[in-house]
Amino acid sequence: MSITIKDVEHVANLARLELSEAEKEQFAGQLNAILKYAEKLNELDTDGIEPTSHVLPLANVMREDAVKPSWPIEKVLLNAPEEEDGQFKVPAVLE
Amino acid sequence: MSVFDLRLSEIHNRLTHKQLSVTELVEQSIKRISDTDEKIGAFLALNEEGARKEAKALDAQMASGGERGLLFGVPAGIKDNIVTEGLRTTCGSKFLKNHDPIYDAAVVTKLRAAQSVTIGKLNMDEFAMGGSNENSAFRAVRNPWDLERVPGGSSGGSAAAVAAGQVYFTLGSDTGGSIRQPAAYCGVVGLKPTYGLVSRFGLVAFASSLDQIGPITKNVEDSAYVLQAIAGHDERDSTSANVEIPDYLSALTGDVKGLRIGVPKEYLGQGIDPQVKERVLEALKVFESMGAVWEEVSLPHTDYAVATYYLLASSEASSNLARFDGVRYGVRAENPTNLLDLYRRSRSEGFGPEVKRRIMLGTYALSSGYYDAYYKKAQQVRTLIKQDFDQVFEKFDLIIGPTAPTPAFKLGEQVGDPLTMYLNDICTIPVSLAGVPAISIPCGTAEGLPVGLQIIGKPFDESTVLRAAHAFESQTGFHDLRPALS
Repeated sequence: MSITIKDVEHVANLARLELSEAEKEQFAGQLNAILKYAEKLNELDTDGIEPTSHVLPLANVMREDAVKPSWPIEKVLLNAPEEEDGQFKVPAVLE
Repeated sequence: MSVFDLRLSEIHNRLTHKQLSVTELVEQSIKRISDTDEKIGAFLALNEEGARKEAKALDAQMASGGERGLLFGVPAGIKDNIVTEGLRTTCGSKFLKNHDPIYDAAVVTKLRAAQSVTIGKLNMDEFAMGGSNENSAFRAVRNPWDLERVPGGSSGGSAAAVAAGQVYFTLGSDTGGSIRQPAAYCGVVGLKPTYGLVSRFGLVAFASSLDQIGPITKNVEDSAYVLQAIAGHDERDSTSANVEIPDYLSALTGDVKGLRIGVPKEYLGQGIDPQVKERVLEALKVFESMGAVWEEVSLPHTDYAVATYYLLASSEASSNLARFDGVRYGVRAENPTNLLDLYRRSRSEGFGPEVKRRIMLGTYALSSGYYDAYYKKAQQVRTLIKQDFDQVFEKFDLIIGPTAPTPAFKLGEQVGDPLTMYLNDICTIPVSLAGVPAISIPCGTAEGLPVGLQIIGKPFDESTVLRAAHAFESQTGFHDLRPALS
């Protein structure tokens, strides 16, 4: 299997990245090399092997549903690129 | 002996006997940085004013007596992916070039309680993705042992700062070797604790199932001090382990008699520099002379670890880095035509090539139709890799091998060839996937460059790792070697 420029464009769209033509070329080549290397995992028979998502023997960590203080809005907005009336501002979502 | 060679315990001694003040320590650290950092580039932000103020307060506390914190008055540096309230935190990325966090990471709160003094924030590969520090959006860090060489990464600034005597200890983060490999390249001590031992709250996430914060120091005793200060359960990190924290300093007995060491043949095989192999074999002789026994063992799935890691870590990264969208913090592209355009251009302008590459790889591996073939397959192989370690640890107390296959390479040597760069982590990545603790300590040099010895332990058995590392260091003194950097 080989990654085409079209695949790169599809994945870039999923990842919300805008790539230049040069980047698309470069990533197609590099991703092909990395995925080709990753194909060596297929040498292993993993039928019936449980996947490990992380190593600790933890499942759901629960706590009481208690109300706790959260950050004041002024503080949360300190790093916002754009704000208005105590809210994050973005371009219009609906036309 | 320079003041930079003092151990933390010696600093405390001098403070107690009024031979030294915290202000003097902090001023010396600031001066050393201003003398050397133009060449090295370890620091991205300095906290001079804050550090001086804290030093003054600590000196006042000293004069009035009372209990002192475990790291009282010790100048420290913090990797720039660990958030510090009001102190610029960029993760080495243009995306966060103006970011001033509104809270402290759990480890920063712990350091505050232990009363160390934060001197500044340390350079790193962007979002901790890289093994050479050349992926920093601001400048490449240089290795104090040879300015033409890389310090390793991604905690390259953290390792170089300690090697150059700029601060006494630093915190780094390790996802696939990012504490241990730069520690090896820079001739210092780097400890990656067991996954879950140190809270990740406030560590900007790269690969959540692998990321772990740990200390970089000049010697093993200092490493035990810092670990003692930062380990412990934190309910704000749902993967924080609720285990009792032992007294790590009391583990440093110097006694390794009867300790059983497994040496994986895969870690000394193809691709390992002959001089690195030689240093490791010499180190094993030292352990033998102290009464430990070693035997060759096998971690049969080692060869699959790098592929497994890059699929899993990149997948997790693609998900974690979705938060950088130009809305709540970070840079925003100018004049976006709509929301989608804002996301796309902010991310594309803010992220460097390695970060984009890993987001692309991870998004691909998680995308519809490929999930089972790549992501799930890699998670299954991770199980096999973990079982390799479980099996060896049934018979052995520790696993020892090199930290990195070669000493530090030259800047620019591996740029443009991501796969070769990834293979530098061949000895550290399996350990990260298994989640077990490991330390890198200096074990001599090759062509004048430091070589790191990796000592790997059972889950939550940092005590045995530190005990063996400390015994080795007491016997050899390689940790006292310093770069000629003046």
